[in-house]
Amino acid sequence: MADYTKMWKSLGIDIENHNALLAGLGQAYTDIFLSQKNRPEGMKYFDFVMSEVHGLRIKEIVDAKAEGRKVIGSYCVFVPEELVLAVDGVAIGLCAGAELGFEAAEALLPRNTCSLIKSMFGFKLGKLCPYVESCDVIVGENTCDGKKKAYEIFRPLVKDLYVMDLPQTKSETGRMVLKEEYRKFIAKLEKESGKKITVQSLRKGIEIVNAKRKAMIRLAAVRAADPAPISGLDALLINQVFFHDDPVRFTDSVNKLCDELEQRVKDHKGVFPKGTTRVIVSGCPMAVPNWKLPMIIETSNAVIVGEESCVGERGTRWLTDIKGNTVEELLDAITDRYFNVDCAVFTPNPSRVSHVKDMVKKLHADGVIHYSLQFCQPYIIESGPVEKELEKSHIPTLRLETDYSQEDAGQLKTRIEAFNERLKKK
Amino acid sequence: MRYAGIDIGSRTVKLAVIEDGRLVLSRKSATSHNPLGIAHELMEGVDYDRLTATGYGRHLIKGHLDCPVVSEITAFVRGSRFFSNDCESILDIGGQDTKAISLDKDGNLCKFEMNDRCAAGTGRFLEVMATVLGFTLEEFSLAALSAKRAEKINSMCTVFAESEVVSLVTQGADRNEVALGIHKAIISRAAGLLKRVAPSGKIFFAGGVALNGCARSLLEQETDRPVFVPPDPQIVGAVGAALVASENS
Repeated sequence: MADYTKMWKSLGIDIENHNALLAGLGQAYTDIFLSQKNRPEGMKYFDFVMSEVHGLRIKEIVDAKAEGRKVIGSYCVFVPEELVLAVDGVAIGLCAGAELGFEAAEALLPRNTCSLIKSMFGFKLGKLCPYVESCDVIVGENTCDGKKKAYEIFRPLVKDLYVMDLPQTKSETGRMVLKEEYRKFIAKLEKESGKKITVQSLRKGIEIVNAKRKAMIRLAAVRAADPAPISGLDALLINQVFFHDDPVRFTDSVNKLCDELEQRVKDHKGVFPKGTTRVIVSGCPMAVPNWKLPMIIETSNAVIVGEESCVGERGTRWLTDIKGNTVEELLDAITDRYFNVDCAVFTPNPSRVSHVKDMVKKLHADGVIHYSLQFCQPYIIESGPVEKELEKSHIPTLRLETDYSQEDAGQLKTRIEAFNERLKKK
Repeated sequence: MRYAGIDIGSRTVKLAVIEDGRLVLSRKSATSHNPLGIAHELMEGVDYDRLTATGYGRHLIKGHLDCPVVSEITAFVRGSRFFSNDCESILDIGGQDTKAISLDKDGNLCKFEMNDRCAAGTGRFLEVMATVLGFTLEEFSLAALSAKRAEKINSMCTVFAESEVVSLVTQGADRNEVALGIHKAIISRAAGLLKRVAPSGKIFFAGGVALNGCARSLLEQETDRPVFVPPDPQIVGAVGAALVASENS
């Protein structure tokens, strides 16, 4: 990697701690990803992206800023990238997947706060994330009470925090709330960028994002094969890169990888032997570099064939209808698309369980591992009914609750091995 | 053919050998700081054809003895059926873990739950509390059995509970009643775990805590279900691992 110290300094990054972070990340990446066997050639692009995650990609973002493009950061799949692209902005997902700066975060937040929120604070307070530091606007989404209240404390820490409210019911009123929030967001984007969203610019934004999601849908489908053509770890990585890479280049790289994977399927080649136990991971999102659980699963005689998560199918499976002839019609189509997202913040939320069941069927999975972050009330509370419904349909389910630390790795391994032994017996 | 199973637990290492469907040898020893050394000591002079390891240290052994491993959950499922052929629910309270397991009619694993990360409500918890009260483990159980009423213990965190017990003792609470309170606290928690996974039927009680008479009788009272304790509840996992070794041959 080139020397980016000057760029990082100009963004206000704490160079010493950041170097330590990159060294740790690089080692973890080597141990977890590069040590895998039979990886597809197409993963080389993603290895490169990860090696330059705080380098080249940040340089591109800094260059885009110099051209007058606005950088919009967010933490959630409810912020439509289509709208950001329609004002020629850059949309990026922000870092919240590592146990970093927790001590500083705990000075502002209760200890019993979920790791995702603590990590969001930790990266900012530790001056460790060039993405956060590059943002012109950070969008906070009220997907749970924890985030909602945490944004109140987060606001003075960043340049411009824009909070987006979200409905909690899949009702006509809920849909109206979402549409109005998106309308307000358009006004914010137009004001920031000095550009007006037109039918043409919005359609172009939708096309770019639709193409990106189509590539992810293609990737998801190819994983139905046995032997699995790609590991769950690699697929998760692609889902993570989805949030911060250039969308057109990313789409192209995923499609190229899919060409290779489809050929692998024809040749009956895979990353694990045919007949390996297949699981789906469902629940909370896993932001970079949260790889603990998938690593334990895939080193315990099982392969992950799908992610029912915001970093996974919940964020990628629906496309936006492009037929509208006015900005208003296209906004309706965007609202309809995002209103499908079955986040646990919705009550009730039955479509999520149906989706997990569909995935189990389509991907020929043997069981489901439900992942909740500790103190994430929506997903932890929903995990009980999800487990009950799945087991009722004879889908073995294991509920796990964990955080970003390594202290429970031994216990998680015991549980996951036992669960895989249960699935093998089926 | 002789099949051996070794269970490297956090507090005790156990070894069992099965031949012609009979348990022909069992040994155990405290894990200490050197589980691998203890395992080697236990294996000395033991003749077997196949070995399978289980327990916390299973992956450690795997690297040294080149044997397959099986999770404790599966090991307990197999082991419990060896001692009780109709067993459908297992409670294992070991050194660091509490496990509740349910089996189907054919003896296959259905569901299981484990305590989270720390040793709240496990054998280690009982050991620490016995020490705080100045009892040996044997005295601790007898003292609890002799109490007419129990002091309420609210905390299940070992460190918090230690403070609570110290506080009760300094207020002049009866030592035996505190002992009973501690036993009640861990059994009601373990029973809760078991009820979620396996709500009815006979309970197969395994692990070191099953040796504790007070824990056994409280489990019966708390669940109102029959409790079966095998002759040596600590070796169930090792026997299960030996049976897995025989199945894989």
